[in-house]
Amino acid sequence: MALGQSKFVEKLVFGIFRISAFINILALTLFLYFIVKNGISAISWEFLTSPPKDMMTKGGIFPCIVGTFILSFGALVVSMPFGIGTAIYLSEYANNEFLVRIIRLGVNNLAGVPSIVFGLFGLAFFATYLKFRVSILTGISTLGILILPVIISTAEEAISSVPSTFREASLALGATKWQTIKKVVLPAALPGILTGSILSLSRAAGETAAIMYTAAVFYSPHLPKSIFDPVMALPYHIYVLATAGTEIEKTRPLQYGSALVLVVLILLMNITAIYIRAKKQDKV
Amino acid sequence: MKQNEIKIKIQNLNFFYGEKQALFDISMDIFKNQVTALIGPSGCGKSTFLRCLNRMNDLIPNSKVEGAVYFDGKNIYDPQVDVVSLRRKVGMVFQKPNPFPKSIFENVAYGLKVQGIKDKYLIEQKVEESLKMAALWDDVKDRLGESAMGLSGGQQQRLCIARAIAVEPEVLLMDEPASALDPIATKKIEELIFELKKNFTIVIVTHNMQQAARISDYTGFFFMGKLIEVDTTETIFTKPGKKETEDYITGRFG
Repeated sequence: MALGQSKFVEKLVFGIFRISAFINILALTLFLYFIVKNGISAISWEFLTSPPKDMMTKGGIFPCIVGTFILSFGALVVSMPFGIGTAIYLSEYANNEFLVRIIRLGVNNLAGVPSIVFGLFGLAFFATYLKFRVSILTGISTLGILILPVIISTAEEAISSVPSTFREASLALGATKWQTIKKVVLPAALPGILTGSILSLSRAAGETAAIMYTAAVFYSPHLPKSIFDPVMALPYHIYVLATAGTEIEKTRPLQYGSALVLVVLILLMNITAIYIRAKKQDKV
Repeated sequence: MKQNEIKIKIQNLNFFYGEKQALFDISMDIFKNQVTALIGPSGCGKSTFLRCLNRMNDLIPNSKVEGAVYFDGKNIYDPQVDVVSLRRKVGMVFQKPNPFPKSIFENVAYGLKVQGIKDKYLIEQKVEESLKMAALWDDVKDRLGESAMGLSGGQQQRLCIARAIAVEPEVLLMDEPASALDPIATKKIEELIFELKKNFTIVIVTHNMQQAARISDYTGFFFMGKLIEVDTTETIFTKPGKKETEDYITGRFG
């Protein structure tokens, strides 16, 4: 190939890659512009702090924000002990190759299950069979299982990236295996575990299909009093506004306003995760 | 050979990584309050041997040990032996400095705390004592709360030595403790080893023959997983009994 020709190919390839990256940014920018442009007019102090009024055509989304927080943090509380426990088992204790492979297969498959299936499972198992009904408990249990694979894989990665020299140093000082894990491995892995947890938190916050049969209600006159009460939640509220209303002109700004709030919430969670990761990289 | 008290007696030790045999029928004595150096070319098994003495090799999957290692007359590979308490008596310093990502104080206090010592005053006292013994106290006394990761390589290694001696082991195993350090830091570590032998029995693996000659009382020469020869350092370096030893110390291979 002539030199000129290969230089041309080089430029062409570089250009193609640059355009793909640019399209990515463009899509995100367009999306954000669209949401902000349509939603910003609905945002006010009252919108954020008051409940919906007049059949959803007026008022705010306060109960939905509260509900989303309860559901996503609740899911994390349910999921983290099992997720981190599994990760510790897989990376520190398990010595049966076959068993490890089975567990990994299970985790990976769980990650691939569509969220609507989780929703139906939650309805059948937690709500009906265990008689939790449509409630926060059912919702956070369902979401908890949904985010379990993310928590397991990020925690396992964080734990196995702790240098083995730390473990050796600790064991050589006469620490037991559990002391080593508790005092050296987990503290060193903590930023990575937290990053994964926050990312799964935002996943749970945005989830609609998994909560529509299990925890979320169309309208609730009061905030939940216990974990056996159902809640309103942002993603389901958006769905309801977009599909169930008759006075579309009045509900549309509220719908975009809710979407904007949800996007900002998730963005804030992700930024927190990135911040924690960056801080961890400074330290090493 | 001078008559010294035997601290560790190794008898017919074989070690396997899976199918591959790494140590062949090793027998030697390690004497109390003496420095024993283990020399030999890379991959000759000297580090593997060292790690058999505090059962660090237990961590390697599919590894297998045969033979016996008597520590004060008791076989450490006896099934009844508690590995955790063995490692409290046989401390280890690694090739690369490996302080925990914690404060300087917490690093030295770690071994005491995992033993269940809660008396703050006692811990503070031990930390200071150990840092002084490791010749690090003057460098760090004003910043004990700072991260150990901010220390220089040489300081980190002395911190690891302080951490190891804080739990008052009887034996200190050192796996090329100065190989990652510059000459000045190396000299400090060597001076330290000379001081430490008053209180501890030291076994040190080294790549550096001059280092072995400078700091040790006894030297063992390993080659291809076998202990070719062990004797006083003076004998090994002046009139070695085996041809392989002579070839190695005169620099004909390795």
